[in-house]
Amino acid sequence: MIAYLPHTEEDIKTMLEAAGITDIEQLFADVPRDLVLRKPLGIPEGVSEFEVYRRMKALAAGNRVEPVSFLGCGSYQHIIPAAVGHALSRSEFYTSYTPYQAEMSQGILQAIFEFQTMICELTGLEVSNASLYDGHTAVSEAAVLALNSVRRSDTILYSSTLHPFTRQVLKTHFANLPVKLEEVPADRGTTDLEELVERLRPGVAGVVLQSPNTLGYIEDLSGLADKVHENGSLLIISANPLSLGLLKPPGEWGADIAVGDTQPLGLPSYFGGPSVGYIAATEKLLRKMPGRIAGQSLDQEGARAFLLTLQAREQHIKRERATSNICSNQALAALATTVYLASLGRRGIREVAEQNLHKAHYLHGRLLEQTPVEALYDQQFFNEFPVVLPRPAAEVLPRMEEAGFYAGVELHRLDPTLPEGALLIAVTERRTREEMDAYVEAMKGAIQ
Amino acid sequence: MEIPKGLKYAKTHEWVRVEGDVAYIGISDYAQEELGDIVYVEIPSVGDSYQKGEEAATVESVKAASAIYTPVAGTVKEINAELEDTPELINQKPYQAFIFAVHFSDASGLDELLDAESYQKHVEQEKASH
Repeated sequence: MIAYLPHTEEDIKTMLEAAGITDIEQLFADVPRDLVLRKPLGIPEGVSEFEVYRRMKALAAGNRVEPVSFLGCGSYQHIIPAAVGHALSRSEFYTSYTPYQAEMSQGILQAIFEFQTMICELTGLEVSNASLYDGHTAVSEAAVLALNSVRRSDTILYSSTLHPFTRQVLKTHFANLPVKLEEVPADRGTTDLEELVERLRPGVAGVVLQSPNTLGYIEDLSGLADKVHENGSLLIISANPLSLGLLKPPGEWGADIAVGDTQPLGLPSYFGGPSVGYIAATEKLLRKMPGRIAGQSLDQEGARAFLLTLQAREQHIKRERATSNICSNQALAALATTVYLASLGRRGIREVAEQNLHKAHYLHGRLLEQTPVEALYDQQFFNEFPVVLPRPAAEVLPRMEEAGFYAGVELHRLDPTLPEGALLIAVTERRTREEMDAYVEAMKGAIQ
Repeated sequence: MEIPKGLKYAKTHEWVRVEGDVAYIGISDYAQEELGDIVYVEIPSVGDSYQKGEEAATVESVKAASAIYTPVAGTVKEINAELEDTPELINQKPYQAFIFAVHFSDASGLDELLDAESYQKHVEQEKASH
């Protein structure tokens, strides 16, 4: 097999002549002799296409049937309409890099514009950017936005119910900056809002909450926005965008900034990414938004046209005064989300959200009724919920896997203060009643 | 390049017009020309207080963003709200388009500003070093 197109003898000769040398080895003359490899690399000889095919087939035959997944905690297995894959496989989209001559790429700009429009509709906020890397970095960007918007501020308050990866990214992002990060504790699975309000004081730029939170619980944020705003701070809500098909959107809670990860909207888990971060905000914050914003206008002939309207915070405009390092967006993965949302429509997204809610509650009820498994706390949830198994989750998970299930995410591994038996179980619209009933039966055996 | 007499100038290219205990602040003709088409001005709010030399506004053009520093400490008394929708006024009439006015109690920062003649020299030096 030929893995690449090599230079011809003639190419090499021309290049050597241009470089004024007679032998390629002369290019490496500066490398100490004892560091030069004097034998062939320890890799096998090339084989024929057929032999590769036979070898790969044999390896694939060793795979077992994929267990039925109840994994979540930020990345979920949802149904993805075939239209999504079809759009992504268009070479106009998957081969193109970020549009430098932006207005030449009307298709990409329109896709970004549609993405922004749907994110605004979902979050109930006025402006969205073209997307960020993932939900965790989106929270960091939102915190930066708050720090840059609130004068003389240096503190971000965030809930301990934020996804642990989000908290890690926040800590990394601000590690060497004069910014204070303050974690507000939780009370029985949701943020201790009284404690949070008490900590509001001058210097607090923003307050970050996640709902549904990392345990799957829905945070009741009634009245919080007013208190945060009275303090001159911004309210940042991170939300699973699918949940917004059903739950009160961040804009209605009075959030100034909404962020999250669009993985549940048309993206597989892959091996952990790529994903898409979204960020939406009030119009007041438009000029401080990180990344880029596509807009709609008319061309000189009066026809509908799209343009890169704003990239106010990027380095090539603000130079050393840039407030964000984001100079691109997750165009292809965001396109998946755009096509997903467009395929489902307003009613469809609501229906998917409802199915998630109902199925998760069905499994929750069955587990509690029929097994000694207990709820971690008594709280409202959307499509995932934490339970406590009568023995460590680390022991139960392999047994469940043998029975054909990825039973959930072991919470003790993410938060050592939670019991060893704590397991986070996600149920999406993909799961059937039969699968859930079989799960309950398998669980009975696995916790014996 | 216009450098009116009667105004004071900062080396960072702000002009300052003092009326009693209020300083009106904008950017010089040279500054607007260097920046090019101005597309956005971030204006402080009336009532905000600033220390001497603190960044109080930002002027953004298609080429770059520049901070506008207040040469005196004080409280913002007035802003030019017209600039929110028509930032190009700074390009058109740089010495009429003030950005904000500071009510000051301590005039010490004003002594450090240049008069028109010294500012002219400063600009020429800066041009020569480009």
